[in-house]
Amino acid sequence: MWAFIKKEFYHIFRDYRSMIILFGMPVVQVLLFGFAITNDINDVKIAILDHSKDEVTREITQKIISSNYFLLVDNLSTNAQIEEAFKKGEIKQVVIFEPDFAKKLEREGSADIQLILDASEPNTANMLNAYTTGIINTYSLQRMIKLNLIPISIQAETQMLFNPELKSVYMFVPGVITVLLMLVSAMMTSISITREKELGTMEALLVSPLKPIQIIIGKVTPYVLLSFINLIVILLLARFVFDMPVKGSVILLLAESVLFIIMALALGILISTISKTQQQAMLLSMFALMLPIILLSGFIFPVENMPVILQYLSHIMPPKWFIIIIKNIMLKGVGIAYFWKETLIILFMTLFFIGMSVKKFKIRLE
Amino acid sequence: MKEKEHIIEVTNLVKKFGSFIANDHLNFSVDKGEIFGFLGANGAGKTTAIKILSGLSKPSSGKAIVAGYDVAKYPNKVKRNIGYMSQHFSLYNDMTVKENFRFYGGIYGLSRKSIKEKTNYYLEKLKMQEFEHMLLKQIPLGWKQKLAFSVANMHDPEIVFLDEPTGGVDPITRRQFWELIYESADNGTTVFVTTHYMDEAEYCERVSIMDEGKIEAIGTPHELKEQYSVNSMNEVFINIAR
Repeated sequence: MWAFIKKEFYHIFRDYRSMIILFGMPVVQVLLFGFAITNDINDVKIAILDHSKDEVTREITQKIISSNYFLLVDNLSTNAQIEEAFKKGEIKQVVIFEPDFAKKLEREGSADIQLILDASEPNTANMLNAYTTGIINTYSLQRMIKLNLIPISIQAETQMLFNPELKSVYMFVPGVITVLLMLVSAMMTSISITREKELGTMEALLVSPLKPIQIIIGKVTPYVLLSFINLIVILLLARFVFDMPVKGSVILLLAESVLFIIMALALGILISTISKTQQQAMLLSMFALMLPIILLSGFIFPVENMPVILQYLSHIMPPKWFIIIIKNIMLKGVGIAYFWKETLIILFMTLFFIGMSVKKFKIRLE
Repeated sequence: MKEKEHIIEVTNLVKKFGSFIANDHLNFSVDKGEIFGFLGANGAGKTTAIKILSGLSKPSSGKAIVAGYDVAKYPNKVKRNIGYMSQHFSLYNDMTVKENFRFYGGIYGLSRKSIKEKTNYYLEKLKMQEFEHMLLKQIPLGWKQKLAFSVANMHDPEIVFLDEPTGGVDPITRRQFWELIYESADNGTTVFVTTHYMDEAEYCERVSIMDEGKIEAIGTPHELKEQYSVNSMNEVFINIAR
């Protein structure tokens, strides 16, 4: 048994490709998601078209620019320039003040600001809209107070729980952990088992006195260990590079992860029993598994907003449940009482995959 | 004539895959210490039979006793007493010669000390001591086959199954390979070998020839040649497998 595990480590360490997948990928993915793919608004380029150019419009402009979300790159002077500015593609938003803004505000008590947004990226446009509106509302409120008018608006005081700074890191770290554990465990085991089939060494193992279960345990143990190391690397990166703490019990988090890793390994074994070559195993785990997992697990797109049929489909995606669990532990810091159902689901899936692989394995022997 | 001890005894062995009959009532026996050639065209059912005899696959009906155990009932006892080398090569390319010995020794439960002794013994015999720490992929195919044969013999099995062991190997290396086979047969190991090369069939003490799931002929190469009144095993084979 021990000889077997040692042999498996030789395979992994002598194949630079598996080394890259195993250890390069987690680091690269976390950093990539952390720095490149961010939904946070920062220094978005905007232009201002001020038909009024009075004290009030200047004040509002100042507020908008000093918010750090926006960067003023252009002062337009005619409506005709707006389209031109968007076409150049640099700016994402134009703020337009109507003529005689301050006077109108004084005389009639209201004046109009028009926001024009580049909605080719709908999420960004929505966020820009919300941020800008927010800044303008705050300004009008302050102004009313200054003029001793009673503000006729109901203030909603918002409090963001669990992720007060709305950092997207908090959202994707659980996702990346899930995807990577799944990828490393399922793909690497299925590839390494099919490799033995391809090379003919599987036969040699099967005619040896080793029981099939010993062969399987020998093959997956190294990957359990490596996936576990990966998990710790990701958690450390999240903690020290992105300042994302684990609020709940770390031990519970690790225990749940081990369960998930075993589930993924069982799935990997199942893949290897139905594929004949390494390429087939790789394709199966990449396309049949990774894409639906990334898209349907709620990692990037919230499951609640999907069409009903996709929501049902997402229920059979093991990562969906695991993401819920780690989000609960890492962000809310709650205990097993809050996600025993999800844990149970993963446990059932694990047993199901193991059962299926054993059945497939037996058929092959008949 | 003294009755020899049968190490393999097959009676009415049948293996079906759905409606396809891969092995159709096989009956034969192999004596202890014999070199037994198991011949047949591709798809004649050789590999299926070897799989059953080595405990990898269960017979649909009939009985096979290997090394004193019924393979259907005690596959693990059988596995412990046989060595196996397949047509695809069964060692690991990304491990060194020594590591391969250590691994297979380990899975057959040999002690550390005896693994070491065996490794030294075989490397010395093959004059390959200087290759000990070389990765297997850097070693030519012929040498690898010889190593694979040694590894299959490492736990002193009563029978070694060789499934087309010399595929893709040059004639000189094949010759050397057969010297190894003779040597281990002299030490009392039974050798059960499948091959495509009819000159190799002449080296066997007895051969059987399979066609479409049935054993069509069995006997010493000399007997078979007389039976079909031809001069070579090649012609015997063509007569049967046509």
